[in-house]
Amino acid sequence: MSDQHTRTATPTRPYAVPGVLVPTPGQTIGPFYHYALPYEGGELLVPPGTPGAVQLHGTVTDGAGAGLQDALLEIWQCDPAGRPVQRQGSMHRDGHTFTGFGRVSTRRDGHYSFTTLEPGPSAPGRAPFVAVTVFARGLLNRLFTRIYLPDDTDALAADPFLRSVPEDRRPTLVAAREPDGSLRFDIRLQGDDETVFLRFPRQEL
Amino acid sequence: MALTHHDERTTDVSRQHAELAELAEPAEPAQPPTAGLASQSAIDREIERIQADEAASGLTRTQSRLDFAPYRSSLLRHPTKDLHHADPEGVELVAPVFGERDVDPLEADLTIQHDGEPIGERIRISGRIVDGDGRPVRRQLVEIWQANAAGRYIHKRDQHPAPIDPNFTGVGRTLTDDLGRYSFVTIKPGPYPWGNHRNAWRPAHVHFSLFGTEFTQRMITQMYFPSDPLFALDPILQSVTDPAARDRLVARYDHDRSEHEWLLGYTWDIVLTGSHATRMEQEGDDV
Ligand SMILES: [Fe+2]
Repeated sequence: MSDQHTRTATPTRPYAVPGVLVPTPGQTIGPFYHYALPYEGGELLVPPGTPGAVQLHGTVTDGAGAGLQDALLEIWQCDPAGRPVQRQGSMHRDGHTFTGFGRVSTRRDGHYSFTTLEPGPSAPGRAPFVAVTVFARGLLNRLFTRIYLPDDTDALAADPFLRSVPEDRRPTLVAAREPDGSLRFDIRLQGDDETVFLRFPRQEL
Repeated sequence: MALTHHDERTTDVSRQHAELAELAEPAEPAQPPTAGLASQSAIDREIERIQADEAASGLTRTQSRLDFAPYRSSLLRHPTKDLHHADPEGVELVAPVFGERDVDPLEADLTIQHDGEPIGERIRISGRIVDGDGRPVRRQLVEIWQANAAGRYIHKRDQHPAPIDPNFTGVGRTLTDDLGRYSFVTIKPGPYPWGNHRNAWRPAHVHFSLFGTEFTQRMITQMYFPSDPLFALDPILQSVTDPAARDRLVARYDHDRSEHEWLLGYTWDIVLTGSHATRMEQEGDDV
């Protein structure tokens, strides 16, 4: 590695951990990613009409409540049995291999939609969720969050992570079951009902 | 099927434009009228104040600030509440797998996607991707996109009146090798104007999209070229408030990677955040 990433860190700097390389900064995805990152079938983790397929959709909004037309969402999830999938083919769907990864850009009104399978819980006592990464013009680094499935209310109530979130903010992490069976999950980047975004250990943000 | 994909990438620019025309128009023009826009010196003062405050605080941030008003689009798009601590679990402890089914080796050369050669300085950008513990990120997807030599993107919303290059799309993809190395051949992008403030210009840059060995390491960033006079004026680069951290976004000219009568070499190494899976295993072993 170049000497830009030194192994030593001054202990008085709380964001740097001694013995660990300093990560390269993230930057905004900018406005011009549409021709580069979204790909055909990115939002279809399974073809519509597949048994068990569900539409996972919602709107990404800013602090004024306006939809973002230039946000990119990625989802990453277990299969219905709760197992992480480790298979190639997310960028060229073959119509039957479930890879667990999806990517979609919001439309003009900020709306997005995936078609996927509902993940199972990854461990006993954990509520099942879909991991999400949010990128957008105006957002200087990516944000992580989770979309929890709404149906198993006992699992939601018992989940250790959800219990760590203040009760009034917990609903921002749980999808709503729509009358048509789809899952609705809105992402609010800023404001009173701002979505809970995550910081993992070993990360500044 | 990989070849089919490459063929799709070689569509002519006019067809790509037709497709992009279906994209929504921006809510505001890409280059709004200059009335009401801050001057560069006003932006400079804002940046200076934030960076001075931060230096005085003794807290050195190594990442871009999400709340950075000199980048006007961030005003309504940064969270105002603290990020919530989460221990990664389940699917977050692994990353999506990409491979030969997903990426054609030819996609790493952005200069061969059309019938003719693109205009501009031919360059190679290469380097290594490691995690926070120095372990190489093997066989993982790297995606890039960039403006052409004149500073113009193949994108409907790019209104910059600079020429489109019919032989340059500006999109590349590759997989790292077993040592975490990647390499792209492309042309050097030009700087371009944007509407953030009056006479605002982005320094030349290449957008990079990266995956690690677990989903928590996912990141997108921008790589810059050494000694660009626009660095100090750019609110996006300056949102990384620490000079040493900003340097990590700047490639270095690497004469050993330049090729005789062919191209100029730039080296840029990338460090993702530390992973958690191995650490938990190690902790488990101690029990
Ligand atoms: Fe750009």
